[in-house]
Amino acid sequence: MKKKLFISHEHAKHICDKRQYGEATFTESVALSIRVAWCRLTRAYSKKNNKLTSTIQDAKMNCLKQTERKKLEHQFEKELNKHQ
Amino acid sequence: MTPNHKLDPNHWITLYSDYLFNYAISRVNDREIAQDLVSETFLSGLKSMVNFKGKASERTWLTSILKRKIIDHYRKTNSNKGKAEVRMGYSYPTESEGDWLEERVADPFGKTAEDVMENVELGDAIYNCLSKLPEKQARIFELKTITGYDTETICNELNITSSNLWVQIHRARTALASCLEKNWFKA
Repeated sequence: MKKKLFISHEHAKHICDKRQYGEATFTESVALSIRVAWCRLTRAYSKKNNKLTSTIQDAKMNCLKQTERKKLEHQFEKELNKHQ
Repeated sequence: MTPNHKLDPNHWITLYSDYLFNYAISRVNDREIAQDLVSETFLSGLKSMVNFKGKASERTWLTSILKRKIIDHYRKTNSNKGKAEVRMGYSYPTESEGDWLEERVADPFGKTAEDVMENVELGDAIYNCLSKLPEKQARIFELKTITGYDTETICNELNITSSNLWVQIHRARTALASCLEKNWFKA
């Protein structure tokens, strides 16, 4: 248990990334909070990471889904072959 | 200025489809129309490659084609609107008489034009930063962060392991955060 709660800075960064996507477990979240409480570096990384997440959410960005992208690729390739 | 930019349509989909799609959807607000506009942009680009002088970057040139497509789209929809006008019967005395005043009150929590503009510009800035990342890394980031696919789906789709996915996500996030810090927050 002790090993699970007291983590390295690198491990904390990994958990922090997972947390941005809601994929960190409860134990991982607790371990991250402990690390953030005393480690300046982890705290800075966590702050920057959270800021990035909220910025991206504010932008309400869109990108093509895999199926949409493949459809576009297929259409374009046909035309490209005619062109070349 | 000496023309130094070249066109390579073989990489257009990989490099610019998401940027152009985001550009289009934020202006037309319809997923299908945005896809059509992007597809038409690539096809028009292909046809007018001979006119490219090399003064602008490939992406700027494709974006200018897309801008024209968006204007054409609005022209078309506006001319169709005249034919199918929706008439609102505010002048008829009905049970709901008087409701129109309430319906027409501005929504104080609604988005202002400036808010929407800033969202669009922020989206463009993020895509500018994303375009500086390695291709695969940018795609993984987009699928995970923007499309919201789960880890397993992306790993299957791109044939990578979950630990590789998180390494790529971490690198992408770090690079994006510093790029946005320079180009958006400090600009």
